[in-house]
Formats: sequence, C-alpha cells, structure tokens
Amino acid sequence: MTFLELKDLRIHFPSDDGLVRSVDGLSFRLERGKTLGIVGESGSGKSVTSLGILGLHKGGRAKISGEIWLDGEELVSASAEHVRTLRGKKMAMIFQDPLSAMHPFYTVGAQIVEAYRIHHDVSKKVARKHAIEMLDRVGIPQPDRRVDSYPHEFSGGMRQRAMIAMALSCDPELLIADEPTTALDVTVQAQILDLMRDLQRDFNAALIIITHDLGVVAELSDDILVMYAGKAIEYGTSEDIFERPEHPYTWGLLGSMPRLDRERTERLMPIKGSPPSLINVPPGCAFNPRCVYGDRTGGRSTTEVPELLESEGGHLVRCHLSRDERRTVWENEIKPNLEAS
Amino acid sequence: MTAPIDPPSATVVEERPQAGPGGTPGTSIQGRSLGQIAWMRLKRDKVAMGGAIVVILLILIAIFAPVLVGWFGHPPNEFHQEMIDPATQTPKGGSGIGWDFLFGVEPLNGRDLFSRVVYGARISLLIAFFATLLSVVIGTVMGIVAGYFGGWVDTLISRVMDVFLAFPLLVFSLALIGVLAQFETSLAVKGDTLRILLLIFVIGFFNWPYIGRIIRGQTLSLREREFVDAARSLGARGPYILFREILPNLIAPILIYATLLIPTNVLFEAALSFLGVGIPAPTATWGGMLSDAVKYYTVPHFMFFPGMAIFITVLAFNLFGDGLRDALDPKSSR
Repeated sequence: MTFLELKDLRIHFPSDDGLVRSVDGLSFRLERGKTLGIVGESGSGKSVTSLGILGLHKGGRAKISGEIWLDGEELVSASAEHVRTLRGKKMAMIFQDPLSAMHPFYTVGAQIVEAYRIHHDVSKKVARKHAIEMLDRVGIPQPDRRVDSYPHEFSGGMRQRAMIAMALSCDPELLIADEPTTALDVTVQAQILDLMRDLQRDFNAALIIITHDLGVVAELSDDILVMYAGKAIEYGTSEDIFERPEHPYTWGLLGSMPRLDRERTERLMPIKGSPPSLINVPPGCAFNPRCVYGDRTGGRSTTEVPELLESEGGHLVRCHLSRDERRTVWENEIKPNLEAS
Repeated sequence: MTAPIDPPSATVVEERPQAGPGGTPGTSIQGRSLGQIAWMRLKRDKVAMGGAIVVILLILIAIFAPVLVGWFGHPPNEFHQEMIDPATQTPKGGSGIGWDFLFGVEPLNGRDLFSRVVYGARISLLIAFFATLLSVVIGTVMGIVAGYFGGWVDTLISRVMDVFLAFPLLVFSLALIGVLAQFETSLAVKGDTLRILLLIFVIGFFNWPYIGRIIRGQTLSLREREFVDAARSLGARGPYILFREILPNLIAPILIYATLLIPTNVLFEAALSFLGVGIPAPTATWGGMLSDAVKYYTVPHFMFFPGMAIFITVLAFNLFGDGLRDALDPKSSR
C-alpha cells in the first residue's frame, strides 16, 4: 500500500477578486523512506499543498476537494479533530524561518517538551529528557544547557536544528520541509541538508521537500515534482528531471540556476515574464505566455489544457509538444547551452 | 517505528559557545527571557521608576490607612468643633494646618483633612483597580475570541463594542447608579459596599470595548504568525494555541493598557463622586471632598489636598505606564 497518495487534490480560496486556484488537480505518491522534491516559483501552490496535507486549511475559507490518503486513511473527508491528532505524531512540518516559527517567549526546550506532551502522556521531567536527547540527536552542542536557551539566543543554523528536533519529537512518519534552508547561509545549508538526510534514513520517514532551489532537491530527492500555477507539469525521478527534462518550464528553471562549473562571463537564462495570477489562469497551457516553444504546437497551447502524460517509465510531462520534439529541443538547443564552455 | 537515540555520526558540530569577554570558555551563555530584558530597560528609566515608587507608596498608604491615621491624625469622621471659628464656620487661623492636623481641618465640622485624604486613597484605588480588572478581563476575552475565531463571531462582538462605545458613558452612569441605588432595600449588599460595587461595575463594564479592540487587532495579526502554524502542525489544540501561544504575546499590551486605564478610572470615579453619585457622605472620597470644597473657596487648602492626591495618583500611573510601554515595546519611539 502506498504510504502517501494525493488524488486530484484541489485547494481553492474564494476571495473578493475571484476564486484563487492555488492547487488545481494535483496527484502524486510517496513511499516510506523516500524523498519527494516539489519545485516551483513563488505562488505555484507548493506551500498550500503542504499545509493542505497537514489539514491546516480545514475550518478556514478554503474549498478542498480530491483525496489525500495517508497510511490507509483518507484525510480530506476526515474530521478536523481527527486530523489534528495525526499532526505531530503521524506527520510534521519544518518551517522556512525557524525564528518566526518558534515562540519567542518560551525556551527551545519548553517548546519541544510541549510538542512531545501533546501526544505523550508523560511528566515534564521525562519530556525534558527526551527534548535533550532530540537536541543532541540534531547535533546541538551541550544540549543539556542549550535546552534552556531562548530561540533568539540561537544562531540561524542551530534554530533550524532545534526546529527539526521539535518536528521529529513525536516520530512522525511523514515530514514536510517547506523551504528548510532558504533562511540559512550556504555553509549551514549543506549541514542542514546532511542532517535531514541522515535523520530520514534513521527514522525511515517519508520526506517532502518544498523549495525553489533545484540544488537542494538535487541533493536529497528521489523523485521531483515540478509545479506551475497549481498543477504538476513534470514529474519524474531526480535523474529524469536533471538529465532528461522534457518541459520548457523545467528547462527554464535549469537554465536560471547558477552553476560553479560554468564560465563566469556567461549569463544566466531567466524565464521571461512572471508567474500567472491564480485567479485568471491563462487559457490552454498555463505556461504558454512565457513559453518560447508555444508556436510549435499549432495554436493548441493557447486553447487546450495539456494532460499530464507519461513520457517514459514513470516520467510524466504536461506539454503539447510531442515527445520526440521535446527530446530534440533538449538535446540540440538546451543541453548544449547548459553545458557550454 | 522508533527513533534510535544514539549520538549522531555524520552531523557536524556547527558552533561552540564562545567565551564572553573576560568569561571562561563554555560558561558565558546565560539565558535572559524577554521579561528580564524588559525589567532591565525599565530599571534604567528613572522617570518610570519614580512613577512606580509613587504608585507603590500610594498602594501602601491605602492598605495601611488606619495605621497611618493612628500615628499622624484623627479618625476621619471625628468632628473637631474646637478647630472651627464659630463666626465664619472656617478653621481657626485659616486652615488649621499644624502638627496636630497635618493637612488642616475641614470647614464647618473640623474633620481631619489628612485622615480623609488617606482614607480617600482606599476608595479611589479600590474602585480604579477593580474596574480596570473588570474591563481588562472582559476586553481580553472578547477581543481574543473575536480576533481568533473571526467570521460571524467577530462581526457580532465588534458590533457590540460599537454599541458600547456609542453610549454617552457619563450621563448613562449618572442615570444607572441613581436608579439602581433606589433598589437598595431589596439588594443583598447595602450602603458603601453596594455603592463601591456599583461604581466598579459601571466604570469597568462600559470601558471594556477600548481594550477589546486593541486585543482583537493584535490577535488578528498574531493568528497569522508562523509559530501558530508551527504549533498547529504539531497537533496543538485550539485552547492551547489561544492561551499558550497567543495570550503571552498579549501580556505587554494588556499591562500597558491597564496601567494607563487605572488613572482614567481614578478620574472617572472622582468625577462621579463630585457629581454626587459616588460613595455617599460621610465616607471620605477625593471627588466628594472636592465637591464639598467648591462651597468654601475662601479655604483653598480644602480643595488643594484632595486635588493634589488625584493629580499625583494620575501622574504617577501615567508615567509608570509610559515607561512600561517603552520597556516592553522596544520599537516604540520616545
């Protein structure tokens, strides 16, 4: 049985300006011990998806449809109270900015103790011992002293370690990390990514990493899902996405990624334009106003919404270009540029 | 699935505690909570500390009024006709101030003004404190509920606040206290106790929308903060989020608003007593004394001492409240 499966998940927010289609028909599967990277620009629906899986949109104004299966349980139709009992114990989240995600008034230890005691009926003393163990586990030096520090007394990297300790305190089987390294500087980023990989292996958890940084997903992910305007536009193994990407948007993301092995004089190739409004998604393929290859589809890209179709061995692409066309463009026009000089 | 809790093998120790200036390595880290930081800032603010000392003195005076009066004065309702000039009905020698009567005596009946001002502090502070407490409790609960739950709950509470704010408070209090006092014989409490409870209720109950609005606004913005999402993502329940995550962040505005509301309530109580709906004679109240003093403009000390008492109380609370705001909110400009 698949551990986590999303089937046609839609999360829409009614607003005064119209319906915001933040997530519009998203499906994927994830097994225990595997890592899925969700990549996309700001506003592509990545974070809304993660909060949706945790059920944090329940009770709000969001309109949610589709199915979320977690370990044999359907979460969209489940009661808010039931989903709450699963949060923390079954699934947990690591936030982007640990300074704002930790409560400024309580010590780091007190927050881990509280998180642990939500799901475990133990004394504060036992919970505190557990908190110190967790802090030690995520590599915080002198955990028995640091447990009594306040979040503002930690450096950025240590705060993120503490945040991870808090998320892992109840042994969640699904861990969602929303831009876990964006607020950190590069040297610390690498340490945190290493830490997450080790912990995931030890805990055998399913991990979803949400990021706009392809470097981060390249480091950790087994599978990668590229999102655009609330939809999946390409899905495949890490190798598929980096070696044989087939969607023009993915090409754009790869082209705009700075790389050390490239000549410094060479310019990055950004994707022109900006992401579409989620209220007025362009007709046809949502990416068509920014797509250089749109005119090769004979007008279909502006009128017809492309399906997410299998290209080869589980590699899914949502594009009107034929598979052969896409491969030709990648081999002849894109790849040589990325590997130039 | 269980977590193996053994020492990490591949994690890098990212930083070690640095030795502070003059400290030994590894011992320089000392946690300071936000409360401790605010207290340090407050201690440095001389004006606010001055206000705080006066406030504490006033509270002590109110608590130990009988002791003080025993040492330095005469019972507050004791007549001293021997101090009054029978021809003019004013104190002999103008005010009667001396070692025996520190603040002089009242015209007409020669009651000890010092004792009456000291006893007046009890009534003023008692009513101001409890009326403020009532406003703060109602305002905080209503504000936090409106802000956190939003939707129709918020609309309902906000409209109720608007209605309360639209009441002509002073006129309404005059009428309400007058009417309720008519039923004195049928109520369980009587006399001064009844009047004090009435004043606390009227002053406190009609002031809650001010703090309610502040708390609602703060809650609205706190609700969207990431640490609330983080707590929810770990499975925290609604009450936990309200009382453990959001309420601590509201302590600063609540404290500040309460210290600034107390002097307002002191003034309001004085105004009601002045207008004759406060505590009835012969109980000493500052507002009531001022009201009596109006008739004796030839003996200015009668008006001076209760007036100064109100003035000093209000000023001290305001200075302390301002200092508290500066200490608790580093972003406020001075």
